[in-house]
Amino acid sequence: MELKILSPGPTKAGSLLPDARVRRRHVLDLDDFSAEEIEYVLNTAARMKEILGRPIPRVAALRGRTLVNCFYEESTRTRVSFELAAKALGADVVNMSAAGSSVVKGESLVDTVLTLQALGADFVVIRHPQSGAPYLVARHIRASVINAGDGWHAHPTQALLDLFTIREHFGRVVGLKVVIVGDILHSRVARSNVWGLTKLGAQVVLCGPPTLLPPTMVSAELWPPLTVEYDLGRALEGAHVVMPLRLQRERQQAGLLPSVREYIRLYQVNAARLSRAHPDAVVMHPGPMNEGIEISSDVAHGSRSLIEKQVTNGVAVRMALLYLLSGGVVEG
Amino acid sequence: MAEVVLLNRTDIRRALTRIAHEVAERNQGTADLVLVGMRTRGVPLARRLARILAEIEGRPIPVGELDVTLYRDDLTVRGLRPALQQTDIPVDITGKVVVLVDDVLYTGRTVRAALDALMDFGRPRRVQLAVLVDRGHRELPIRADYVGKNVPTSRREEIQVRLEEVDGTDEVLLIKPEE
Repeated sequence: MELKILSPGPTKAGSLLPDARVRRRHVLDLDDFSAEEIEYVLNTAARMKEILGRPIPRVAALRGRTLVNCFYEESTRTRVSFELAAKALGADVVNMSAAGSSVVKGESLVDTVLTLQALGADFVVIRHPQSGAPYLVARHIRASVINAGDGWHAHPTQALLDLFTIREHFGRVVGLKVVIVGDILHSRVARSNVWGLTKLGAQVVLCGPPTLLPPTMVSAELWPPLTVEYDLGRALEGAHVVMPLRLQRERQQAGLLPSVREYIRLYQVNAARLSRAHPDAVVMHPGPMNEGIEISSDVAHGSRSLIEKQVTNGVAVRMALLYLLSGGVVEG
Repeated sequence: MAEVVLLNRTDIRRALTRIAHEVAERNQGTADLVLVGMRTRGVPLARRLARILAEIEGRPIPVGELDVTLYRDDLTVRGLRPALQQTDIPVDITGKVVVLVDDVLYTGRTVRAALDALMDFGRPRRVQLAVLVDRGHRELPIRADYVGKNVPTSRREEIQVRLEEVDGTDEVLLIKPEE
């Protein structure tokens, strides 16, 4: 709960303004976004996507601004996606990873980002193994902080790109049944998606073995209305979107799974299982995939897969956020 | 505030018809022509010009729409970011004659942004500028090739263009502040 106080404060939730502009400085999670604000980001992202299709996919809107990718955890697609987004808007990009930085000499997180700020960073994109780390950073610097994944807590830009991809495909999010399958317990993607999807009116079903479902989400006291289902076949009944999550093999060593083979037997998203979903159902995956474990190869690369589109859309969504945040905090 | 009607519905129609003829004459037809309307009110103006040109020359002319927000030179200023609108250039403009269309030419900064944007879509053979109203006060070395009406204004005055497609009526107003 304390984390919420650190975030820049909720925007006018439920505001009926025709254009609920983005007035925030940081993007830490989607819990403090209003539905209108999310829609505004997605509309802006649609314009950004058009830019990416141009012969010269670059504009000068953020010329002279600097984005620092500050990654304390490995990542390919998210870091590259932010880099491409910033460059498409004409900003400069500096990549910093914890390995090979002063972090190995014991510098604290706050000192590191204060240094980055002193070096001229306008945006700090941070990925950190510790839940809440971006909130701590946001409290100490003037630059815009974007959470690129913190521990098991949140990954708001992934959720926004998932929402964008769903809306682009179906023309809406409201009323769709979205099933998130697998290791929900350790998934920041699932948590941010629950916020975003429910705000836009989707019906969210979480499905996985009981050991990989967080008890607070099962009891649903702290979360928006969602359904928990242990049987994948039942969960998929009539589903429009199926989102398997990466199964980290270390979970088996931790005693959370009897065996990976059993997980595959019960929870793999494959063609046979998908036959129970809605005839127009699509499959999404936040990546990186373990093909043959949480998702079968034919489904991952089949006609229902939106996985490649997710990657492209990720750049457009991040461009939209950088553009909207670049004006600074606007009051009133 | 005092309002003066500079152009009424008929005046706007006549001005666009004249501009269309000038465009056809200067370019010896419309073979390589692409009209690009600048958001917001340049877009319906470009569509109307294309309709008239199609009647004169008997062939359709591609029309694009351009939102120049991301090319503006005032984005460095802190403040709420302007909403982005759709950009759609339906044909390859390389080697073509592009006529940019806008409602009012004032400082020239929007046209400068549009020129930058256009160059990201290709290399036109020539770019021309058509505006319904030129009110003066240029801040950049830019001029229009086709002008509906030249209106000497003071900076304190405002020109308001209203078009059927956007505002439900066709008129151009000069709004003078109270003394």
